[in-house]
Formats: sequence, structure tokens, C-alpha cells
Amino acid sequence: MSNRRAIVLYMHVHQPFRIRHYTIFDAGRNHDYFNAPGGSRENNADIVRKVANKSYLPTNERLMRMIQHNPDFKLSLSITGTVLEQFEAYAPEVLKSFQDLVATGRVEIVGETYHHSLAFFYNRDEFEMQVQMHRDIVQRLFGVNTTSFRNTELSYNNDLAYWADKAGYKAILSEGWDPVLGWRSPNFLYRPAHSENIKLLTKNYKLSDDIAFRFSNRQWSEFPLTVDKFIDWTKNSWDQPLVNLFMDYETFGEHQWEDSGIFDFLEHLPKAWLATPEHTFMTVSEAASTFEPADTVDCPQTVTWADTERDLTAWLGNKMQQGAITSLYGLAQPLLQSNDLTLIEDWRKLQTSDHFYYMCTKYFTDGDVHAYFSPYESPYEAYIAFMNAYHDLKYRLTEKGIAV
Amino acid sequence: MKVLMLGWELPPHHTGGMGIVCYQMCKQLARSGADIEFVLPYTADFSHIDFMKINPALPDDVEEIIGSYVGGSTYDSQYFEYVLSDGSTRGAAMSEHQSNYADYVSRLVRYSDYDVIHAHDWLTFRAALAAKQASGCPLFVHIHSTEFDRSGGGSGNPLVREIEYIGLQLADKIFAVSQATKETIVREYGVNPDKIEVVHNAMEFEAHELYEDTSDNTFRYLEQMQHAGYGVVVSAGRLTIQKGLTHLLAAFRFVVDVHPKSLLLIVGPGEQYYELIEYAASLGLSGNVIFTGHLNGTGKQWRDAFRVGNLFVMPSVSEPFGITPFEALAHGTPALISKQTGSSEILRNVLKVDYWDANEMANQIVSVLQNHDLEQTLAENGHEELISQTWQRSATTMMRHYHHHVERRRAPQRELAYV
Repeated sequence: MSNRRAIVLYMHVHQPFRIRHYTIFDAGRNHDYFNAPGGSRENNADIVRKVANKSYLPTNERLMRMIQHNPDFKLSLSITGTVLEQFEAYAPEVLKSFQDLVATGRVEIVGETYHHSLAFFYNRDEFEMQVQMHRDIVQRLFGVNTTSFRNTELSYNNDLAYWADKAGYKAILSEGWDPVLGWRSPNFLYRPAHSENIKLLTKNYKLSDDIAFRFSNRQWSEFPLTVDKFIDWTKNSWDQPLVNLFMDYETFGEHQWEDSGIFDFLEHLPKAWLATPEHTFMTVSEAASTFEPADTVDCPQTVTWADTERDLTAWLGNKMQQGAITSLYGLAQPLLQSNDLTLIEDWRKLQTSDHFYYMCTKYFTDGDVHAYFSPYESPYEAYIAFMNAYHDLKYRLTEKGIAV
Repeated sequence: MKVLMLGWELPPHHTGGMGIVCYQMCKQLARSGADIEFVLPYTADFSHIDFMKINPALPDDVEEIIGSYVGGSTYDSQYFEYVLSDGSTRGAAMSEHQSNYADYVSRLVRYSDYDVIHAHDWLTFRAALAAKQASGCPLFVHIHSTEFDRSGGGSGNPLVREIEYIGLQLADKIFAVSQATKETIVREYGVNPDKIEVVHNAMEFEAHELYEDTSDNTFRYLEQMQHAGYGVVVSAGRLTIQKGLTHLLAAFRFVVDVHPKSLLLIVGPGEQYYELIEYAASLGLSGNVIFTGHLNGTGKQWRDAFRVGNLFVMPSVSEPFGITPFEALAHGTPALISKQTGSSEILRNVLKVDYWDANEMANQIVSVLQNHDLEQTLAENGHEELISQTWQRSATTMMRHYHHHVERRRAPQRELAYV
């Protein structure tokens, strides 16, 4: 079986609780930060239902067919707590379709923070609490335990790997970024520096982004991308065991629209890949226990899967973002002391990284992709709504007699 | 390309933004190969301008025209004083002076050859039409603002509208300073949209204007209050209905309610001056609003007003373009502008609000005053964006239209053959 090769298809499912147009006049009066009126751009229920129709429902239907028609097809999903909560509330049929997929036994759920937060970099206790909350909701809704881990936006460094190793995970995911891998290929399993048991799987960003970003780009020299062409490209690394295709789940139907042919591409991929006898699909944990690490990877700096910089600057690059996040984590002590679960949960929902992403001003002058994902007219308005909610959190604390 | 440019003012002797815009526009057009002769309605020292020829429109017997460009609040309330060859002086009202300006220009085109005539706003249109008639040159009219804008979205002075209407109809091509202005011209004056080209203004600053000014600020009191934790909001311009200051005052009432340590500095003269003072008082804001009256638009006090602010606000009801936010950004002060301004079509790193939405305006002002990070990010990114603005693109567009019309005039037969 020395020539055995596996595609590890891993998809990330997430929606934040977007903050409504929350003004300074709401602060101290209304505490419903996430409750935008229907029809407005920040209405979470509307967005989840829209994405359900464009992406979640049609994609899950196809994934189910792919599982039924191809005995060797498997995949891994990470689904945040914030999106699971919204499925339960606004689109239970979507939740059901994910539960059906997991019930086949061929879909692994990857662990992460419940709130899709950057807590690992600001408050380790809070981070661990959110990971536990995610384990709990995955156990409650899917009846499974998570054995592999990914941190928000695929952020990764040695410390995270060390933590995940100690926490008992078999595998951890990161971007296969050249400055980190050096001469190494992302198509092997690795051992993170300073770890004992855990294995590292790195994203093949070239092949992944061909699907996730370039698929419908008519200016791309390889347009249109066909399954045959794609399989052909994987043959360049015929002697390497893994093809790690990591991407946002919403690639299918939301980032790349149905009329681009993205669903047909997805559905035809397994059959074409499995036509070669040595080829198979594996989940993240399965790949980690099947192959031997090729080398150790040392990554003292933090890498993510975002932008050309592959760092945290999309979330923490400007003064507004830095000010907002440090202010928020600065409330940890008094908040936890309040024992008010509603208040604490609001604080956690504000930790979701998307809020900081909306404040990103990188490339804003040129009007760029960041704007596509934002419900706000500008990064500045995103910041204003966020800070007003932050002021209200403080108001609620002082109301309870807690000094802030 | 010989261009007869008809304008009403040039800095430093100017009352509004149009003078600055004309100056910068001509500078870039000259670089792009235009040979410009600029006619002005008054005499003044322009020895610092070497990229074009400047002609004061002197009637016979008049040696010098002194414009009341500093005191007047609007162009149509301006007043001119003629100094005659015998040393005596007499006043001239706007209408008389406008027709003298037109006579001068129609004499001028009889003695010199021009390729095109380029006229700025209604004040020059009578002259422009006379010049077109006398010379047959293609006429370009440049709309910086219409009577519709100046009357705050009303009908305004019917005589002015009539002059605008005729100028727009008889022009060969119209340049509008924003998409919004183009739409106004189509809607309010019934002009075919194909005849109008949007030519956005830019605001280019000399390098020395962009360096941080470390001199003591004129507004010592405001600085002192900032040290005591106050936030300072600044607005500058003519105090007329078009500029929307009543809306800013209404919003500022809400600002002070939630952030009592707030001050508003209102710079400029205008017919709403007393009305605004009274209105501020009636809102209980006497202690929070400061009026400076007129400040020289190129002077240190004017610059210091921008420098001292934590935020600059342009709350205009209807503003074809609006260059004051550019000045604020040049001085490192972030800007909040109404969505009803032409500059909101191009500026991205500023806050934007509907002028009538006092609550939202207050929300954004408070956020800047309470969050230093927001103030700083807006200021830095806005400054960077400002530096990247140039006149080059707009000048290229104007030159292209000049050439097109000149060629068309030279080869009328060929054009007919195509019809």
C-alpha cells in the first residue's frame, strides 16, 4: 500500500451573530445587540435562511448522494457553535441534514471554539471554556466526540499545537504556507515541534484555492476548471500521500454560485478520483493515524489561511481592531465574576472573529473582497456598532455594582 | 490647445471652494498641454501663478476692480468697486458687473484666437454665450453648483435658474463635478445625460501643506479643554441653508446628552449666522457651540480650526462636491460627511450619514469622541487616501473632450457625411 493516496476534504461551516445597527442611544437601554430587524443587512435569521437555500441544503443533499454512491468517500467538517445555535433557531432542516451526514459514520466533526473566537491569543482559560462548550454541543447534537482540532481561521502556531497535544487531540490543522513549510510539501503528515503524539495536516492552498477562490473567475487562465483537469494536477505529486483540500463550506453555492457549475464539480470529484485503485478519501483523524510523519515543523509565528499575508492582520491589523479586542477581553474578570450567564454569553458572541474582520481597512480604499462579507457600509460603522455594544456591556456590569 | 477659461475667482482672493478647484484644475490642464487664458472679474496680485495668463475683465476707463470677495457670504451678494483712470471710484452691483464682464470677453475673442471656451458656473455664462456667438468656438460649461443646490434643494432665484438653463442648453459639453450633480442637471434642467461628463475634483496639496504643523494653535481654549477631556467637533463653510448646519446642531444636542464634554466649533460667515446662534441657544447648547464668524480661507486661523478638531463634519443638505473634508484630512483630522455630497462618491475612509438623520449623525460623532482608536484610524487612512488623489485623470478627460470638439469643428463636412 505504499502508493496509497488520500484526499482529505475538510470544510468549515460558520455564521456569526452579526451586530445590528446598535447606536450609543441604545447603550444602557436595549441589550439586543444581535437582533436586527427583518430585512436589514445584519439580520442573522435572514442570512442563515438565505445561505441555507443557496448552500447548506443543496450541498448536503449532494454530499449525501456522494456518500451513498461512493463507498470510499469521506469528509470532515467543523461547525461552530454560533452557527449550530442559529440552525436550531432559524433553519432546523439544515441541522437535520448535517445530523444525517454525521450519522452515516463517514463524516468527522473537527473541534474548535464554540464562538469562532481569537480567545487563544488573549485569554487561555476562556479559550478552553469555549472549546469545551463546542465539545458539548457537538456531543448533544451529533453524539460524537471530537478527536482533531482547528483553531479559528486556521490560525496556528507551536503553542497551539502544544496545547492540542496535551488536550489529547490526534490531529491539528494549519495552512500549508511556504514560509513555514520551507522545502516541504503540504502533501505529507508532519509532527509539530515540541509535541509528543499529535500530527499536523497542512492545507494544500494551491489546489484548495483553485476550487474555493478561482473556480468561477473568468480571468483565470485555467478557467473553466473541470474535474479531469483537477485530478490531472494532483498527479504531479503522485508519490505523496495526501491531498489536503481545506475550505469554507460556503464555497459551494455561496462564494461560488450554483450557475458556475460548482455543485457538479463537487459531485463528480469522488468518482473521478476513486477511478485509480490506490486512491481513497480519509477524514482528518484517519489520515493522522494512517500515515507516518515525514518531518517536524517548527512554527513559532502565527499563520492563518487569510489574505496574501496569511497572518492575523485581517482581524488585528489596525488600531480599531486592536482597541476593540483588547477592550473586550479586558472585561473578562468582572464579567465572569458577575455570574450572569446571559451577560457572559453576549460577551462571548462579541468575541466572534468576524466582528473584527468587518473592521478591516486593508485594501478598503480599493474596495475589495473584505467588503463582500461585511453587512456594514464601512469598517468604521462596524467598529461603531461593536464599541457601542461594548459600552453597553460595561453599563450592565456597573448596574450590577461591579466595577469596570 | 488654446483655452479661454472664464472663472469668478482664484485663490488667495476667493470666498468658496470653486476658486481653489479652478486653480488646481488649470494647473493640471496646463501640464497636459493646455495654453490657458483665465478671465477674472477683479484685479489682484496673481504673480505667483505662472502656468497660465490671467486677465482681469476691465471695462473701458476702469483701472482696477476691487472685489468684495472676503466679506460676501454668497456669490450673488458680492459687490465690486471700480477705480477709474482719473482716480475716482464708484460701486458696481452684481448685474452691472456681470454684463461688463460679458462685454469684455466678447471684445477679447474678437482680437485673439481660441480653440475652446471653458466657463465655470452661472456667473460667467452670459460672457460665455457672447464669446461663443462671436467666435464660434466650442463651449464647455463646468458645473460646480446649481441654483437648486444653493437654495438647499428648492427653486432658488428664477433669474439665475434661467441663465443656468440657457447656458446648459447652448453648451457643447457639460462637465459636472459629481454624479449627483449630473443627475441634478438632468432632472432639474432637462438636459440630455449624454451631453454631461462627470469630472470629479481632486484636492492636491503642496508637500509643505501636508507636513505636520507644530506651531501653536490659535484655538488655545479648545486645546485646553481637550486636555481636560473634551472632544472638539469642527464645521467650516458658508452658513447658508445648503450647508445643513441646523441638522448638525440638532444632532449635537444628542451628542451632548450622552457625552457632555463635547464642543462644536462653527467657522464661517453667512446669512444664517444669527439664526444658528439663536438655535444653538434654544437647544441649550450655548456653552458647547462656538462661532468664529469669517476666517480667511488661506490663513492660519482657518487651518488651525481644522487642526484642532477631533472630527470635522460637513452636514450639507445638497453639495455638488464639497472640498472642506479634503482640507480636514490634509490636516490629519477625520471627517464625517453627509451622503448628499459629491465628495462622498469618491472618499471612502470617512464616516457618512444622511444629513437629516440626527440620531445617526450623533451616534457617529460620539463614537469618534469616545474612541480614540476610531479617530486615529480614520485620520491615518483618510490622509493616505487623500495623498493618492490627483487631478490627472480628470484633466485627461477634459483634454480628450477639447480635442474631440475642436476636430469636429475643423471637419464639419466629414461629420455630415456620417449622418
